[in-house]
Amino acid sequence: MATSQTGKMLLEVKDLKKYFPVRRGVFRRVVAHVKAVDGVSFFIREGETLGLVGESGCGKTTVGRTILRLLDPTSGSILFYNNGTPIDIAKLSQRAMKPLRRQMQIIFQDPYSSLNPRMTIGDIIGEPLVVHRIGTPAEREARVKELLEAVGLNPQYMKRYPHEFSGGQRQRIGIARALALGPKLIICDEPVSALDVSIQAQVLNLLEDLQKEFGLTYLFIAHDLSVVRHISDRVAVMYLGKIVEMAETEELFQNPKHPYTEALLSAVPVPDPDYQRERIILKGDVPSPVNPPSGCYFHPRCPYMQPICKEQEPAFVDIGGEHFVSCHFAQTLKLRGVAEIAERR
Amino acid sequence: MTERPVSQGQLIWRRFRRHKLGTLGGIIIATLMVLTLFAHFISPYDYATQRRRFAFAPPTKIHFFDKDGRLSWPFVYGIQRERDPRGRWIYRENTDQVYPIKFFVKGDPYKLFWLIPTDIHLFGTGERDPNSPGQIFLFGTDDVGRDLFSRTLIGGWVSLSIGPLALAISLTLAIFFGGISGYFGGGWDNFIQRMIEVLNSFPGLPLLLALAAILPPGLSPAVSFVLIIMILSLLGWGSTARTLRGLFLVLREQEFALAAKAMGASHARIIFKHLLPNTLSYIIVSATLGIPGLILAEASLSFLGFGIRDPMTSWGQLLNQFTDSTITNLTYHPWLMIPGFFIIVAVLAFNFMGDALRDATDPFSVQGR
Repeated sequence: MATSQTGKMLLEVKDLKKYFPVRRGVFRRVVAHVKAVDGVSFFIREGETLGLVGESGCGKTTVGRTILRLLDPTSGSILFYNNGTPIDIAKLSQRAMKPLRRQMQIIFQDPYSSLNPRMTIGDIIGEPLVVHRIGTPAEREARVKELLEAVGLNPQYMKRYPHEFSGGQRQRIGIARALALGPKLIICDEPVSALDVSIQAQVLNLLEDLQKEFGLTYLFIAHDLSVVRHISDRVAVMYLGKIVEMAETEELFQNPKHPYTEALLSAVPVPDPDYQRERIILKGDVPSPVNPPSGCYFHPRCPYMQPICKEQEPAFVDIGGEHFVSCHFAQTLKLRGVAEIAERR
Repeated sequence: MTERPVSQGQLIWRRFRRHKLGTLGGIIIATLMVLTLFAHFISPYDYATQRRRFAFAPPTKIHFFDKDGRLSWPFVYGIQRERDPRGRWIYRENTDQVYPIKFFVKGDPYKLFWLIPTDIHLFGTGERDPNSPGQIFLFGTDDVGRDLFSRTLIGGWVSLSIGPLALAISLTLAIFFGGISGYFGGGWDNFIQRMIEVLNSFPGLPLLLALAAILPPGLSPAVSFVLIIMILSLLGWGSTARTLRGLFLVLREQEFALAAKAMGASHARIIFKHLLPNTLSYIIVSATLGIPGLILAEASLSFLGFGIRDPMTSWGQLLNQFTDSTITNLTYHPWLMIPGFFIIVAVLAFNFMGDALRDATDPFSVQGR
């Protein structure tokens, strides 16, 4: 799990934006934009796991879907390193995108709606192979059996329908489908948040095992910080369509540099009934992404707000050791990591 | 999990069979279909042959006991025509003439399934002379002496086939336009929706009456049959297309559709493999519930005179005879209403079946499994 800061780059996202138009009236005029993703930059190296956290509605899922071109980006670039050569998939046509889809796949959040109820498990897992015209029917069947075994399911299940399976089993089927084409990058869009805690652990362990076995790279989208801490090599924190901080997992958890990260960390539950935690309660609600605040998007809720925060948008810069922050006072603020929060009994 | 895997279809079938009224409806429809498919064979006469000597003859009684009260092979008495004191023709049984019912008799020539020429009928008296008193009119005859039973069976073919045929066309249109509208959205969606609104604001009945007025009266039965189907289906696809659009809108955002897109599946594959099969239960139910409406629409059209014309016939056209003459028709010849009874039964049967299918395909129904 240890990351080297020298590993080969796999994905580099630069200033990615995705705006959804808001239409009104008879002529469906565009009156505003929902700025779901508003200038996001990050990178993932081969074989590592980048956790992407943030509260509901901050644009995490949109980032994942835009990278796969399930949504078309408004602007920005998405460089995917196909055997070392960078390709900007933000500008590719869907047709040109198709061969690259063998390299990048997605695992969805809801194990109930992610499997077509009218198809058998074998057809679902084998479909990527059919779409890309890989192998004969017999070879595909053998591959499906192999995949079912890889995710810990009985290969005899391939004639069954999704409604015969539990949530955890369905999520394994979704993982098998994502693995079918032998991708390098898998976008895990909250893959465990719809599951029971006991099943969550099983699925997380499976994902880790598969990563080792097949040399996978994950973009792991989640809102559960303990899950992210467990699985990620590095973590990026999103707030209102922007990444506010990105660093190696322990560095981020122990030494946060953005006030929003600090507030998030203070909300991590600690399994100790005697523990009295001092939580940082943010005032107000998340502002609307249709009409975000001026300057730093976090300033209306920030406990350390200064006049400059209202006027100037802070840059997203490396403050050393690949610790990226977007805060005017990243160097001066003394923020508490998880260890320090836990010490305050 | 040792039980054999059960497909969605099998589950639906199990739940459907549990619905008694629906099963009854299904049996009735199947029976009617068989009756009309073999109509030429089952009916004792050709539907267009006139036996003017027996105009407005009441249904013939079938006897199982002879004059002396002994059980005998089923037979009919000869029909004798007389004038009543007011000068109207009335029919009596002549108990001196006995015609036993025969099976597989030779009669009017016809083509089985419109292909195989033959003249064997399931039953009859075997009398080839149209003026012979030995006739069997199970439902009586009409104003020119055509056998109503034969006409009802043949008419059923039109009435029962117009529904499914018109439905097939209108469903194809609905799937095509609703699918494009819901899947691609945007400008096309807007355009198609406005088109449907225009279509739905056509005043149906006046339009049909106007059409009836401008069409030449000498139209061949086949042409008018096709015309009715076209009109019914072209006017009827709008609301189904709307519902399908809604379903497509929901389904295309489902994660399994996104997964298909993420693996690079084509639009056609996503639509036909992922979205359409998931609207199937809606389509089946809307089809079964739509057929009775179409049967009734055809009946109204034919009743109003536009639609199937003599000598070809349909259940609605058979009822059209009431418009020709006065109410006395009903009092003196009540058997002319029998085709109406068939309409009611068919419509009810389709409705029962539709209800049962709706319950069976509803994944949230409790009575299932």
